[in-house]
Amino acid sequence: MNPLLTALARLLIFPGLLFAVPAAWFYLWVERKSVALMQQRVGPPFMQPFFDFVKLLGKSTPPRPGIAGLLMRFWPLIAVSAAAGAVGLLPVLPSSGGFEGDLILLLALLEVPSICIIAAGFSSRSIFGEIGSAREAALSISYNIVFLLAIVSIAAAQHTFRLEALAGMRPSFLTELAIIAILVCLPAKLHINPFSLPNAEQEIYAGPMTEYAGPELAMWELAHGLEWVAGTGLVATLVAPHVTAAWLAAALFVAFSFAAVILLSVLAAATARLAIDSSVRFYWQCALIFTVLAISSAILVRLRS
Amino acid sequence: MNLWNRLMCMARRRSPWLFHMNSGSCNGCDIEIVAALSPRYDAEQLGVRLEGSPRHADILCVTGPVTRKAAGAVKTVYGQVCGPKAVVAIGSCPATTNVFIDSRTLVGPLDKHIPVDVYVPGCPPRPDAIIAGVAKAAEILAGRGRNTAPASSATATVTPDFSPAVVQASSPPSGISANGEREGQP
Repeated sequence: MNPLLTALARLLIFPGLLFAVPAAWFYLWVERKSVALMQQRVGPPFMQPFFDFVKLLGKSTPPRPGIAGLLMRFWPLIAVSAAAGAVGLLPVLPSSGGFEGDLILLLALLEVPSICIIAAGFSSRSIFGEIGSAREAALSISYNIVFLLAIVSIAAAQHTFRLEALAGMRPSFLTELAIIAILVCLPAKLHINPFSLPNAEQEIYAGPMTEYAGPELAMWELAHGLEWVAGTGLVATLVAPHVTAAWLAAALFVAFSFAAVILLSVLAAATARLAIDSSVRFYWQCALIFTVLAISSAILVRLRS
Repeated sequence: MNLWNRLMCMARRRSPWLFHMNSGSCNGCDIEIVAALSPRYDAEQLGVRLEGSPRHADILCVTGPVTRKAAGAVKTVYGQVCGPKAVVAIGSCPATTNVFIDSRTLVGPLDKHIPVDVYVPGCPPRPDAIIAGVAKAAEILAGRGRNTAPASSATATVTPDFSPAVVQASSPPSGISANGEREGQP
């Protein structure tokens, strides 16, 4: 099959936009609903994130002249396209293409929404946006060290930067340690409790999103949902056992992603927001030790073999 | 009315995001708004979300009799809410200035400054009345198109083109399941 057609199908159909956008809304609903259930509430209706999205599309935006206004329209679009591209790269179906080094592209695309949020807060010229962006930047350089080291340790153990090879690897103690490290980083990447510092609701209004309204905010919500799909999907592809049947691989992907979403939502409901210094200290002091252990043992294993 | 408009009306009715503004209230009504969002009353069943920024909100919930200091802020925040939008006056203070009437520190009631869609009377109103008021405002919002709402740069001269609805405390909205309401409470 034509590799270009395969790539397009992955980006647009599965696991790309046609699957990822409804999945993003579903995950956002699961997050809110599970928090509601844990607080003994009924919670939002099933279609709530979809209605929120449609309603935001129909709202007006304040007039924003100049280059800052132009940038404010573009940041959410860049974030959505990067997150959608990251979802499209996930090696869900067996033998679905991919290339040597696509893991590096995936990591770069996963990082783009976070950079967009930082830039968006500063270009909105709101004091609350700037505080939120500064927090996002501080958080980003803390969790990313752990996140990248964890993924690099898996890649070093498998001698490859190809996602498909990583998806088909045999589970070992080392990879389990690295997957736990990735799971520890996901709450900070997705801005949920206990690391919901950048968009700390009520505390600093809405953080970097304070000035965004209408369709731009809808795009931010969608980018957030797609980040959920990409982040939990990355864990799901690493955890899921290798199967040859396409439908079974897709079902396993959805099931493991859903389990990761539930795990993260329960964590978010059970914890309160940490202060920025505690969060940074957590990643630099506690989480970093384990990932350094993981990567050093990966290199040792590689030297021995 | 085409399909997109019908979908938009439904989305507006089912996704009211609130911004809560205190214009010199005694905090009684503010506590009741928080109670309406708490697990006991759970306004999130109607899609209600309390937003941190007025830019994200659809419905502005104003409490308090609009003091001299707060009048400017009320107009600014009303201008910051993007259209289509609705205003809910919560409590007797924004409706009539209540017991503070004729005070020289007040410039209320609220509808002298911004158009009000729904009044929820009470001192303070019960949380179920507040939820009913928000549901009513969401219905008003659903019927309001993109261009019929006042522009985002609203001033005191903007007059509402609708008759305000008054919500009674005894009319809980349909679709809300009472979450273990105990008997014998006032």
